[in-house]
Order: sequence, then C-alpha cells, then structure tokens
Amino acid sequence: MNDITEYLGRNARQYGIVIALLAIVGLFQALTGGRLLDPSNVVSLIQQNAYVLILAIGMVMVIVAGHIDLSVGSLVAFIGGATAIMMVDWGWSWPVAIVLALVLGLLVGCWQGFWVAYVGIPAFIVTLAGMLIFRGLAIVIVGTTRAGLPPEFNAIAGGALPSWLGFLGALDGVTVLIGVVGMAAFVFSQWRARRGLIKHDLAVEPMGIFLAKNIVVVALIGVLTYWIAQRATPIVLLIVGGLIMVFTFVLSRTVFGRHIYAVGGNRHAAELSGVRTRLTDFMIFVNMGLLSAIAAIVTTSRAGAGVASAGQLYELDAIAACFIGGCAVRGGVGKISGAMIGALIMGVLNMGLSILAVDSAWQQTIKGLVLLLAVALDVTTKRRRAYA
Amino acid sequence: MTEVTEDVVLEMLGITKEFPGVKALQDVNLRVRRGEIHAICGENGAGKSTLMKVLSGVYPHGSYKGEIVYDGEPVAFRGIRDSEARGIVIIHQELALIPQVSIAENIFLGNEKAGAGVLDWNRTHRAAADLLARVGLHENPETTPSEIGVGKQQLVEIAKALSKKVDVLILDEPTAALNDDDSEHLLSLLREFREQGMTCIIISHKLGEITAVADRVTVIRDGRTIETLDLHGDEPVTEDQIIRGMVGRSLEHRFPERTATIGEEVLRIEDWTVHHPTDTGRVVVDRANLHVRAGEVVGLAGLMGAGRTELAMSLFGRSWGTDISGRVYKRGREIQLRSVPEAIRHGLAYTTEDRKSLGLNLIQTIRENISSSALGKLMDWMGVIRSEQEASVAERYRREFGIKAPTVESPVGKLSGGNQQKVVLSKWVFSDPDVLILDEPTRGIDVGAKYEIYTLVNQLAEAGKAVIVISSELPELLGVCDRIYAVSQGRITGEVPRERATQEALMRYMTMEKTR
Repeated sequence: MNDITEYLGRNARQYGIVIALLAIVGLFQALTGGRLLDPSNVVSLIQQNAYVLILAIGMVMVIVAGHIDLSVGSLVAFIGGATAIMMVDWGWSWPVAIVLALVLGLLVGCWQGFWVAYVGIPAFIVTLAGMLIFRGLAIVIVGTTRAGLPPEFNAIAGGALPSWLGFLGALDGVTVLIGVVGMAAFVFSQWRARRGLIKHDLAVEPMGIFLAKNIVVVALIGVLTYWIAQRATPIVLLIVGGLIMVFTFVLSRTVFGRHIYAVGGNRHAAELSGVRTRLTDFMIFVNMGLLSAIAAIVTTSRAGAGVASAGQLYELDAIAACFIGGCAVRGGVGKISGAMIGALIMGVLNMGLSILAVDSAWQQTIKGLVLLLAVALDVTTKRRRAYA
Repeated sequence: MTEVTEDVVLEMLGITKEFPGVKALQDVNLRVRRGEIHAICGENGAGKSTLMKVLSGVYPHGSYKGEIVYDGEPVAFRGIRDSEARGIVIIHQELALIPQVSIAENIFLGNEKAGAGVLDWNRTHRAAADLLARVGLHENPETTPSEIGVGKQQLVEIAKALSKKVDVLILDEPTAALNDDDSEHLLSLLREFREQGMTCIIISHKLGEITAVADRVTVIRDGRTIETLDLHGDEPVTEDQIIRGMVGRSLEHRFPERTATIGEEVLRIEDWTVHHPTDTGRVVVDRANLHVRAGEVVGLAGLMGAGRTELAMSLFGRSWGTDISGRVYKRGREIQLRSVPEAIRHGLAYTTEDRKSLGLNLIQTIRENISSSALGKLMDWMGVIRSEQEASVAERYRREFGIKAPTVESPVGKLSGGNQQKVVLSKWVFSDPDVLILDEPTRGIDVGAKYEIYTLVNQLAEAGKAVIVISSELPELLGVCDRIYAVSQGRITGEVPRERATQEALMRYMTMEKTR
C-alpha cells in the first residue's frame, strides 16, 4: 500500500489532470441535468473539438522543444481555402485536393522551420509573422466564401462509418467492435510493456495501480463506446484517434521524439551529445505544418466551405490545451495524452456552458480563469516538490 | 610585530561556510590593513571567491559561522546592499555589464542619477565622464560595452565601483581575461588608489602580478588560511614560497592503484589554434601540440582561463571558438572534426566541466540521459528506439558505475553531484569512444565519490581507451595521470611524465607568462 501512495505522489500531475476532467464532466452533467452526456452531445463534442485535438498534437511537440506556434489558425484558413478552391474553382477531385493540402502544409512548415532553425529567429516572431502572412494570403486567394464542396469531402467531419455489422439491440455493431478492439489493444500493450520491464529486472508500477489503471481506462472506453454506439462512429474520431496513437509513439519511442525532449530540456547539452538540434527544430515545424493541413481539411469539411476567416484563435485553443495538459512553459516537459485531456477540458467547458446558455463573453472569461488556475497549480506543486 | 600601530580596517575571524556535503571554508582568518593592497591567493576551488562572497554579504549573515569586524565594530551584512552602504564594493570575476546599454547607464545602474524617479541625463553623463577619467578610460560615456574590449569593460566595472562610496575595493581575478597592456594599466590604477588611501583586496593566481603590486598576501588552501606573507618584510618573499603554500599537502591513499599498459598513439593534434568566438582577435589556444596513446591517462593542467576547456571543446566538433586551425590525427591518419556528430563518429567523447548546464538534461531520467549520445545504437531501421534494450543498458551502467538512485527512471536533477557525474560518464562510455576527454571530472564532488570516479578512469584506461583529464587540482592529476601537459595563456608550456612531475614544477609551468 505504501508504494502505491508514493507512486501516486510522484505522478500526481498526470492523475490530477484526469481527475480534473472527470470533475468538470461530473459538474456539468449535474448542472445540465444529464444533458451533457447525451449521445448526440458526445458525438458533437468530438466533431466540434477535432481541430483542437489535431493542432494540440503538433503544438505539444513545438512547446516541448521550447518554441511556440502562433500561426496555426491562419494556416487553417489558408490551406483550407486553397483546398476549397481546388475542388470548387478548378474542379479537381477531393482525394487530389486532400493530398495537395497535405503537401501545402509540409511546404509552409518548411518555410517556418527554415527561419526558426537555420536563420535563428525566435519562433514567436516567425510564427507571429506567419499568422499575419497566411491570414493575409487566405483573404487574397479565397475572397468570397467557396461553398458547394463534394459530399464525400463534407463527410470527413460530419459523417460516420456505415453500419456494416448491423445493430446489437440499439448499438451500432461497428462502433462496438472498435471499442472492444480498443480495450483489448490497450490492455495488451500495457501488459506487454510491463512484462518487458519485469524480464529486464526493472522497476514497474505497483500491481494495484496497474490493475486500477487498466480497469479505469477500459471502463472509460466502454462508456464512450456505449454512448457513441447509440449513433455511429464519426470518421473524424478515427482520424484523431489514429493521429494520437501515431504521435504518442513518435514522441515516446522514436529517436526523433527523444531528440525533441532533449532539445527542449537542455539545448546545449543536446548539441554536445551529438543531437542535430537545427534539424530537430526544422522537422518540428514541418510536422506542425502537416498537422495544420489536417486540421484545415477537417475544419473546411465541417464548415462545408472555404472561408477566409476560418480558424480564428485556433492557435490559442491549441496552446491552452497544451498548458492545461501539463506542458512546461520553458520546454522539455509535456505529453500528448495530457494535451488531449487539456483540449477535452476546454471542449467540455464550451459545451457545458453552451447548454447552460451562458453568455459567450462569460464563457471566454471562465476558460481564461481555468487556464490560469491549471498552470498556477502546476507551477506551485513543482516548486513545492523542488524544496522537498 | 608592532601590533599597537597596526591600523586594521577589516578582520574576518574563524569563518566557516558549508554547502550541502562540502565544507568550502573552515576557520578562515583574514586581517586587512587600511590602505594596503592585500592579495588572496590559492588554487581553483580553494575558497577565495567564497570568502569574498561572505565578506560582501552575497552569503548573508547567518549562513556562515564566524565574525566580521569592520572599522572596529562587528558587522552582519544581509546582502550586497548592506556591505556597499559601508563602503565595501566587490567586482566579480564575471563582468556584470549590460552590453547594449551605454557605459554611463551601466555605471549608475541601480544607483541612478535622478530626481523623483526621473533620470537626469546631464548629471549622469557629467558624473560618468569624471569617473571614466579617474580610471583612465578615454571613451564617450554613451558608447556601449559591446563596442569596447574586455580590458576597457573591466575599467568600466571599476568606474562603476567608484561611483559608490568605496573604502574597500575587492577585485576577483580582475586580470584573468585581460592582455598584458590592459593588466599593467589596471595594476597601476590599483597603486594610484592606494596613494589615495583606498584599501584593495585582489584575488589572483598570477604570482608575478601579486609580487609586483601587493603589500601582503594571504594564502588559502582547501578552505583554510595557510599563512599571510608580508612582501615588504625583512626577508624577500619568493614566488616559490607562495606556490608551496598553495599546493603543500600530502597525497595519502586518495587514488586507486593502477599499472599502465600503454599502447600505440591514438590521437595527436598539431598547431591547434583557436580564437575567441566574439572577441575574434584574441587567441585563446595558441599552436598547441599534444598526443595521447591507448591505455594512457594524460593530464591537462592549467589555471582557470588558461584555455584548457576551450582546447577540448574546439577539438570536440568545434563546439567552441572561431577561426580554428591545426591538424588532428587519429591513429596516424588525419581526420576532420567539423561537428559533434562527426567527432562522436571518430570515437571522441567529451564530458564537460559544467555538468548541469552543458552535460545533462536534468529533467530527463537517468535512462534517457545515458542513451542520449548513442541513440543510434539502440534504434531499428525506422528510427524506433528498442526500449527494453535501452532500459537494460541504463540498468547495467547504474549497477556497474554504482549510480545511487532507486531506479533508472529517476530524474537526473535529483541526484548528487557525484552520481550525476557517473551518469555523464555512463553516457559517454556507452557511445564506446576511443578517446575520452574528461573536463574537471570531480568538480563539486565529495571525496568518496572522487575515488569512485578515479577508479572508473583507471578501468577505462585498462580497457585500452585514451583518456585526457583536465583538472585544476594538481594532486588529482598527479594521482591519476601517466603524463601531464601544463597549459598557460593558451599555450602548452610544459610536458612532464608522472615520475618527474611535482606540484611545484607544474605550478611553475602553469603560471609561466608569455614572453614578450
């Protein structure tokens, strides 16, 4: 029992943020009289916040490396606008437009990465410039809103997987299958990691924690599956889920991911360890460009049109999600899982306050306070631990 | 001694200052007469700067034991403002000027010439010009420090000190970064101040300077006062006498035994010359030649600022300096070391003297730090780290090197200095180098951990590695090295094999000044 409390103490931040999310969900569930977790609300929560989740994935990597990216909102407008023009004005097919959108994202990422990594201009300046440049370009190329996108394209954000497997009672078979596979995959990967540690005679988390963690996650997936299965799996959920898995792997298991933490934790030490810090910086921004393109596709699809004013303040949503989710302001620390929970906290706040019909000015105020409190909590607990 | 007529302005009695795990000062006594130039002399790490920080209140009253008597009354400074209010002003070794702000503003920083919070620019510039004239610096007060050389910057620091009411001026290694002319000017300035009745305390290990300018010298070694010598006494004080005081101590059983089996030459550098990265005219390493063989431990002895670290870092993939020239040979073949990855590929490893800011990522775990210089050995073709292998490698080093931590998942920032150093060593041994350059490998480490580090160095040499140890602690070099190079002012001034090496001989080489 003793080692369990000690373990919890050491990982308080990680569990604290999960508990905060559950508390906020519980609070709004009670305040809205159960309407928050209505199946249709759960699905639209995911659809509404897909762009934050996608951008926050890239933003975690930017922030961990000690940078910031203020331009992603403008990039969403610029790339989204270009994609709409390709389909509407030029009549290109939607798969071609998507591929070109991703290429455009990579190119814009190269542009910003070049200035940050090889010219040595602080990312704050480069991306502030990018915010103006790409918003301006979006207005120039889009002009008037481009509606009338192909229905297949619009289905990316709004559509759901068809019910190939029919229904189990009131539940969609495909969704249930995905949920079950998800549960099994999580438990299997946890068990494999633990077995590996034991085989090499390394310290593992206490068995009680291990079981509790698995049970809680499986239960959460189960509840989520139950809600979503009353409708069908949104396509955007698969996209976001896939990106989370891929990039969690990249950050935790690849050399590139490790170099991001090394550069953010101590740039000079990383350099003297043979890390190509400039290349790492460059790749981080290329990657952010790619994820901005994906967010642009999702946003444009959801709007059903290319709009020059799309993506306003998206950068701040993504940055807020990262800091609520435990990224360190000075770099070196941060996880994708944390940022995702941070984004969900903001999303639940949005939705709960909207259901309660709270004025949007007050919504902003409340979100600002939540951001401030989350980081304040982080800073003070860290300081206390440093003295201990 | 005519104690009765001695006019003592300052006395420090029984000063003891402890840091966690280290006794920096132990029962130190210092007695300074009014109007004299008093030199404090000792090896790096002897406690000179700590003593001055106690005196000036940087380490406040209560954080040390002992008593400070100033102008006949005991004082308890809680900060640098208190000591400055009493006329004690310290100029630190690292210049504290703001490079982009004018000299005049720098001089009055924190002490602005203003009325009701509004700056009076005329008064500022007038007063600055007067002070600059006093220190013999003919520059417009509106120039910025970034436009003038280090020597002139040092004079600005002194002008800044003079802008306060100063009775006792403390200078911490004021000439360490200066050329000969600038040093000479600074010393003559000190003589002028003495004429005016000011008391000066100067920390230096340039013995030529001390004998030229000081009235008395106090020698500190291992945090204790050894002696105070009167340079105007009946018997003339020789530099050798000061050196004996600085180094005199025995070397009982502080080093593990080793019988060297030395093989063929692994690394040789010829005519290695390095210039300062910002002050590009300054030669920091001057035509250095050295070589090291397999299984050999070679020392680089030199005082702070001699250019040892700069030599090592410029060699390690040009991590320091500009306009680097010279040749490097690995096993007789000339190689290029243009970047750190290239240096690592050629089998070089460099552990820095500045563990915390250059050597480790303190917020990452032991495991992540150990694997950081050789992740390539742990990844598959797709750049994915084989995490189980990584964990077992880290675990192996934790056991072999005796890193005291519960698991390899502990963050490195929480370890003691000795254990952090073992992590640094693990990290570089894992990269499997042929040549290891260890820069101050035992700085800030307690005696027991030092012994363990020496043992590891011996093991590396026995495994056939070529090891270069940079240290300012002479006993350490004598204890672990087979051969020692002495470095002074960027040049290699001597090469001594272990059998013939003595601290006195090395110190003579290390303090050898450039012949003009």
